[in-house]
Amino acid sequence: MTVTGRKQTTCVRRRAPRPEWTGLLYIAPAMLLVIMFFVLPVGFTAWMSLHNWPLMGAQRWIGFNNYFRMFNDGRFVAALNFTAYYTVIVTILIFAVAFPLALFVERQRAFVSTYRTVIFLPVVVGLASASLLWVWLANVDSGFIGPALKALGLVEKSPNLLATFDSAFLTICVMVVWKIAGFTMIILLTGLQAIPTDLTEAAVVDGANWWQRFRFLTLPLMRRTIALALIISVTGSILAFDQFYIMTSGGPQNRMISVVYYIFNQSFVSFNLGYGAALSIALLAILVVISVVQLWLLRVGEER
Amino acid sequence: MSLVTGRKKSRVIRGQAAYHGTGIAIAIFFLAPFVITLLASLRHGTEARLPPLPPWPTNGISFDSYRSLDSFGAGIWQHTLNSLIVSVATVVLTVVISLLAGYGFSRYRFPMKNVFFILIIATLMIPFQSILTPLFIILARLGLNNSLFGLTLVYVTLQLPFSVFMMRNAFDAVPKEIEEAARIDGAHDLKMLVLVLLPLVLPGVATVAIFAFLNAWNEFLAALVLLSSNEKYTLPVLMMAVRAGRLGAINWGAVQAGVAVMTIPCLIVFLLLQRYYMRGLMAGAVK
Repeated sequence: MTVTGRKQTTCVRRRAPRPEWTGLLYIAPAMLLVIMFFVLPVGFTAWMSLHNWPLMGAQRWIGFNNYFRMFNDGRFVAALNFTAYYTVIVTILIFAVAFPLALFVERQRAFVSTYRTVIFLPVVVGLASASLLWVWLANVDSGFIGPALKALGLVEKSPNLLATFDSAFLTICVMVVWKIAGFTMIILLTGLQAIPTDLTEAAVVDGANWWQRFRFLTLPLMRRTIALALIISVTGSILAFDQFYIMTSGGPQNRMISVVYYIFNQSFVSFNLGYGAALSIALLAILVVISVVQLWLLRVGEER
Repeated sequence: MSLVTGRKKSRVIRGQAAYHGTGIAIAIFFLAPFVITLLASLRHGTEARLPPLPPWPTNGISFDSYRSLDSFGAGIWQHTLNSLIVSVATVVLTVVISLLAGYGFSRYRFPMKNVFFILIIATLMIPFQSILTPLFIILARLGLNNSLFGLTLVYVTLQLPFSVFMMRNAFDAVPKEIEEAARIDGAHDLKMLVLVLLPLVLPGVATVAIFAFLNAWNEFLAALVLLSSNEKYTLPVLMMAVRAGRLGAINWGAVQAGVAVMTIPCLIVFLLLQRYYMRGLMAGAVK
């Protein structure tokens, strides 16, 4: 006892008074990169957003005019609406697929880890590769989906899936669900496995049926996990770009321009760098608000 | 009695069959796009624009599709090399920098330590999509525009919040007694880090490395914006030329071959290092 006590006091005496500056050396490279390529650019974006900033020629201070312009910009409003629509639909679809999958792979059975791995495979490939893959699968003449439906006699003529808004939207949603469901499944699975088995057993003894156990035991206990998966899915969907750029080039009739896609067009196609920066700040603000609201809702739910 | 157990047994078997029937159907849905593309990419050049019914090559295996993919941009070897250079450099730099930072945050006391740590983690909240223009301008000022190294630095920065967090936790899990013993043996600072602690945090390093590789290999938007000359393109950017096609016609064989070249490395890396990947996913999920 006395020996450990003495050891602790010498330890404290040795450590407390002087800071260990070598520690700063160790974190210096990381701090340098984060400041150069994150802190500085964020400040720079805010600064640029207050200017008329063309690619060539002088930039001109215009105050908050870029922000006023945003509210009267019909194409930006359309991009916001489309992104919100996409986010809601695709998040519902991902959960509708991922939750049953998580329940399916939860229990220990033969081959269950194989199923998990296979379902997870699309998560590790790039969204760009997945989009290219599905552009081909969805192609009217050379693809798989349409020609296969025709070969099965389900349709008379192979449909051009990417030609109309609704069918192109559906195709992109199916692609995204294929690509992301495995990820959401694994997140939900961690929540399912954290539920103590004695609780489930007690519910069974009490005569609760499957639905009652799911509704009154599983769902409430998984609130945190569900919220986490929801935040990841919503913020990811709001930032969607690759799938619209690669699969439909924003069409048909430019109705699939997401917010990031619109910022990309303004900044790197039309070279309105100042306006693009203002749009970026707006996007940033939207994401921060959504994250805070979701975290707040999560906390309120826990207190209740 | 035996009748009852027999009926029970057959019900169990039927349940098993239903379970695995469903499992196989699900597995087919998630696996089929890869298998169809890979098989279709091995068809003869004349079959490339036909639907993959059946998907496997009927006229013998051919590499025609890979040859036509090679005719785009600066050739498929060059673009695969670009992607590899960026991904491997991202892995190496991310591992070294997050190893040092994780060690610093775990083992040293210095002023503003928590502020610095929170600053690094807070970058997770900000989507890089919103700061692409300034990144473009800053890289240009540094003379790193249209450069694979510049792109690598951006990718490393994007990996840092996750990686520094992982490595700090890995070092926190190592008991201090090990260092005290090593210190008595005369090991200090960097020597201690490399010789004594590195072997103990290797699982964390593997996790950091696999995420850095996959994210760098797969990233599209930043590469599209930051690389401007043809011969610098990474694979996803090159594929946009293939996707656009020539004279209004898309060479679907080249698309299939490109998808195969882009996806197979990811699948192999994941299957080999699945354990470390999942560990990283859980660490992120629990946080």
